Amino acid sequence: MHQLDVRLPMGLLFLTLGIILVVFGVISDPAIYAQHSLGQNVNLTWGALFALFGVTMLWLARRARPS
Amino acid sequence: MIESFPSALLAQLPIHLPLALTGGAGSATAGGVALKLAGVDYLILAVYFSFVLGIGWVLKKHLKTSTDFFESGRSLPAWICALGFIGANLGAQEVMGMAASGAKYGIATSHFYWVGAIPAMIFVGIFMMPFYYGSKARSVPEYLKLRFDEKTRTFNALSFAVMTVFSSGISMFALAKLLNAILGWNFDACIFISSVIVLIYIYTGGLTSAIYNEVLQFFLIVLGFLPLVLLGLKDIGGWDGLMQQLGAYSEAQGMPGAWNHSWAHLNEASANPIGIEWFGMVAGLGFVLSFGYWCTDFLVIQRAMAAKDMNSARRTPLIAAIPKMMFPALVILPGMLAIALYHKGGTAAIALPMGADGHPDYNMVVPVMIAKYFPNGMLGIGLTALMASFMSGMAGNVTAFNTVWTYDLYQRWIKPDASDAHLIKVGRVTTVVGLMISAVCAYAATKFNNIMDMLQLIFGFVNAPLFAIFLCGMFWKRATGHGAFFGLLTGTLTAAFFQGNTVPAGETASLLKGGWMSVQHTFTSSMAQSFWMAIFAFSGCFLGTIIISLSTAPNRTDDELRGLVYSLTEKVVDQQGTPWYARPAVLGVIVLTLTVALNIVFW
Repeated sequence: MHQLDVRLPMGLLFLTLGIILVVFGVISDPAIYAQHSLGQNVNLTWGALFALFGVTMLWLARRARPS
Repeated sequence: MIESFPSALLAQLPIHLPLALTGGAGSATAGGVALKLAGVDYLILAVYFSFVLGIGWVLKKHLKTSTDFFESGRSLPAWICALGFIGANLGAQEVMGMAASGAKYGIATSHFYWVGAIPAMIFVGIFMMPFYYGSKARSVPEYLKLRFDEKTRTFNALSFAVMTVFSSGISMFALAKLLNAILGWNFDACIFISSVIVLIYIYTGGLTSAIYNEVLQFFLIVLGFLPLVLLGLKDIGGWDGLMQQLGAYSEAQGMPGAWNHSWAHLNEASANPIGIEWFGMVAGLGFVLSFGYWCTDFLVIQRAMAAKDMNSARRTPLIAAIPKMMFPALVILPGMLAIALYHKGGTAAIALPMGADGHPDYNMVVPVMIAKYFPNGMLGIGLTALMASFMSGMAGNVTAFNTVWTYDLYQRWIKPDASDAHLIKVGRVTTVVGLMISAVCAYAATKFNNIMDMLQLIFGFVNAPLFAIFLCGMFWKRATGHGAFFGLLTGTLTAAFFQGNTVPAGETASLLKGGWMSVQHTFTSSMAQSFWMAIFAFSGCFLGTIIISLSTAPNRTDDELRGLVYSLTEKVVDQQGTPWYARPAVLGVIVLTLTVALNIVFW
């Protein structure tokens, strides 16, 4: 593996973006979803997916780290 | 019209610069689309760019030699190189241009992937990578030097260097123009900030930083645009609803079913919206242009050459081919959805802005879809993904440019005894200079549209025949340096002669459109003219190389050609114990089978 495992920054980035989206999805006005995303709170669902992807990447990076 | 895909291929296709993207400067609603960002969107942008810059900063500490800077120390695993390989291509030309083409041509746009990319990616991985990687050449032009001679190398290095800064300039220009149009951001500030961001992360971390960011950008673009497709599909009534709408649209255009099928309407050029028949498609796009790009362009080959070993280098394009074959769902489908929703009307309808020609401006498909389906939050993600795609286009070109300039031009012609530390310094200075020239190109594009179109045309003449000399060089040991160089010139002249004698339908003869010598043939579309020009240019170069090689003495001994030519190189054998999924030949068969299946399913 290279000097920096790319899965580490990738995991952190997507986890951070995921958390931002989820938090915004919870506090935002539901009207914006009716107006844009066919009534679905995409920030919440897609934010959760981003966070899950981020955690998976972090787990993979940690698993690959030499002990 | 941003017609299509990888930036270097822009030079070979009838592309008009995306000047039509927008109206005038300064207005947030120019082009008819206005996005309103909220605090959360700015926060997402800030987080993303902090990571982009942070990666360069962290990698800087590990960067010690010029091999680290220009070749990632030849140390990366296959999957990272593979994602960099396609990430470098997932530029805005692909994301926005393919959506535009999806609206214009329907499912047949997938030919740019299933015919115009995958077969060539398999070929380069299985057959050509052993020579690129095994020869220890540091760049594609350097391979040409080892195989042929210095003049062929310098010719390729010069044309490539000019083309990369020009392509980077196009990305920069298009990004600034788009942000100016949809957000009202200042054009000059966009050029400056995008240049500085790309500069910092390449300057600090070199090729590794560029590739790592391409990996990040790849996932951001995939995950960022996927909900757009899912929401659009839901809105139109699923796949069946989309097919129904496209069927009605095709009928209204006088080509029933043409938007719903990839092959069924290619018997005649006049029966499909691309205006090309199957032979021109397969030979022109599928063979000459596609192989010419994927198998010889240093921008993509550089990513595979950064791999840690031969097996990884060979698997790089093969692994990349798997997501690549799925991309039509991500980048073409939005265009198909947009045209279907546009014509469906009612509550689901979307409002595409009108272009100067009185037709909907298909270049705006992606921004329009983002504006329609993404609320604040996801809007920030979509915009970040869009900006990331422009920047990956810039960074890919700049890293290829600084390597070719430093190794093939500077070290060869200016300072052959340069120390390693000096080369890193030159690479960094070249990054700054390359971005400055790109910015000049971007500003030139705002003033002299015709000059840029003309440059693209000239690159088209130079690039179209290029694959012929690689084919001869790698698979025919008798090909000589003179044969390759003058074969290339023959191909270039053939291209110019062909273009000078043909025009696309509906165009008057001119230097840019063709027919400036005489009009011997009129093509159904400019796309058809380009594909056939490529076929002729390749044939001219191929025959020229063979004839001139046979008339000149070989300039390399068999010993010198070992590792560079197929018949004189030991076949690469997979190490014992390599699992089946890590064997390039097995991967190649799997990828090819899946591609054939996709062609049949969407026939």
